[in-house]
Amino acid sequence: MKKTGLSPFIIACLLFGFTFLYAPIIMLIIFSFNASKLVTVWGGFSTKWYFELMHDEQILGAAYLSFKIASINACLSVVIGTMAAYALVRYGRFRGRAIMIQSISSRLVLPDVILGLSILMLFVSLQNLIGWPAQRGVMTIIIAHVTFSSAYVAIVVQSRLAGLDRSFEEAAFDLGAGPFTVFRTVTLPMIAPSLVAGWLLAFILSFDDLVIASFASGPSATTLPMVIFSKVRLGINPEVNALATIIVFAVAVGVIFAGGLLQRQSDTRAGGK
Amino acid sequence: MQVQRASLAEQIMGGLARIGITGRRIVIGVPLIWLMVFFLLPFLIVLKISFATQLIAIPPFSPLFVWTDGSFLPGLHIDWSNYQYMFSDSLYIKAYFNSVQIAFFSTCICTLIAYPMAYGVARAPESWRNPLLLLIVLPFWTSLLLRVYAWIGLLKTNGVINNVLLTLGIIDDPLPMMNNAFSVYVGIVYSYLPFMLLPLYASLSRLDFTLLEAASDLGASKARAFLSITLPLSLPGVIAGAMLVFIPAVGEFVIPSLLGGTGVTMIGRVIWDEFFSNQAWPVASAVAVTLMMFLVVPIMLYQHFQARTETR
Repeated sequence: MKKTGLSPFIIACLLFGFTFLYAPIIMLIIFSFNASKLVTVWGGFSTKWYFELMHDEQILGAAYLSFKIASINACLSVVIGTMAAYALVRYGRFRGRAIMIQSISSRLVLPDVILGLSILMLFVSLQNLIGWPAQRGVMTIIIAHVTFSSAYVAIVVQSRLAGLDRSFEEAAFDLGAGPFTVFRTVTLPMIAPSLVAGWLLAFILSFDDLVIASFASGPSATTLPMVIFSKVRLGINPEVNALATIIVFAVAVGVIFAGGLLQRQSDTRAGGK
Repeated sequence: MQVQRASLAEQIMGGLARIGITGRRIVIGVPLIWLMVFFLLPFLIVLKISFATQLIAIPPFSPLFVWTDGSFLPGLHIDWSNYQYMFSDSLYIKAYFNSVQIAFFSTCICTLIAYPMAYGVARAPESWRNPLLLLIVLPFWTSLLLRVYAWIGLLKTNGVINNVLLTLGIIDDPLPMMNNAFSVYVGIVYSYLPFMLLPLYASLSRLDFTLLEAASDLGASKARAFLSITLPLSLPGVIAGAMLVFIPAVGEFVIPSLLGGTGVTMIGRVIWDEFFSNQAWPVASAVAVTLMMFLVVPIMLYQHFQARTETR
């Protein structure tokens, strides 16, 4: 058995850090089973908030809408993000490369409020100028979400593409395959795990987003985070606790699934050498 | 069968190539045009609207270019009053100052918590590393809104932490931990901790720890070895992580509006309120443009050090 080499101080820091990260999530889960309406006082075990959640039309409708937006957004983001990653890794210097790199990395850090405000101003100006989009709703939210989540996909796919062994693609080219065939039959299977990870990331980013969606949306579309925000602004709400617990478990399953995929990806990369 | 389909696709690509649309042009063009139209153009429009005059109309601002009869070129209608208004009202100055201050100290606290954690993960036995990393990213994948909301239940006057402390007899009166700067700090440090941890881990895990053994063989103390080897080599990770926390934290909206109450004004909230409550689009745009100006330098720093963390 190898010694861990971790000092007690480091172990204490790790324990403190992980407690800090997980305490609120564990609180949410515990209190979602609380019978009392006073959310911070324990009143016995109950699943009634889950039952009420299942009959809350507003939350269910918003959840369905968010799910739909997040799925479409994730698919579009994977296509556009992968194109950007491919261009950055494989095409060397091209016109617009600097713009692409700068925009992708600044989208990762820019505050949501700025992104949301600016894309809404674009929609309003376009509407005045060419009459499109006629009204804001699902489509404008999707456009706004693709704009920021494709940047995350590009980063994930880029690191996978950059670490790829190019000899397989070169062999396929030598055997006379066209670039599209090479991409479809050689490159695509090799970057597939990062595409799945990117898809999940784009889905989650869209599903969680409150600020950008609030700016980009019109009166016709209310997403799940908007409903949650309007509810929790008024104080603690046990139904939201139940909803949070369901989301935490769904996300945990998704992340462990994606973690397994990426693990396999790094294993095959190490094995290929 | 599959060969035939592939060749059909190649034929379509070949046909497109003959009219000047090559695969290369599509792959570069689609993301680039998307970026220009939906990311860069909007900033120009915000800049334009920040110089417009507030009107009671749809949309509620004046046009930038005014065509008058008889003149060939449009007249430029630039209105500086939004900026003058912003800099003359102490509300905005205070909000900027508050935001930068809160973001700065949150970044410092994040670094202090994240550094030993990232170091621990990087030096943990091989088989522990991936599970630990998974534990770090798991909260990041869970809704930020819900995790921030969870802190309300913990921090309120009659919340979980106060109840536990009162029951244990450690305090006699509940601590005021909610709707003040403290709760905003907790929320920001908590939400952005993974953003600091990941780049720090990336730079620390690539560090050659035999250098530390060499230093101790040569008689350097642990502190000396840390200050002259570990810290300088991980500095690009620290700065990339710091910018990844600082820049979005300055414009944070969700955390101050859920945890900050009315006492803590941050600039993200000001933009939101000007826009949604006051319908003051030109003022909101001017505030956003000024915020962007603040963030240009940190963003350039981030891009510089991010590139250095990623080059292997």
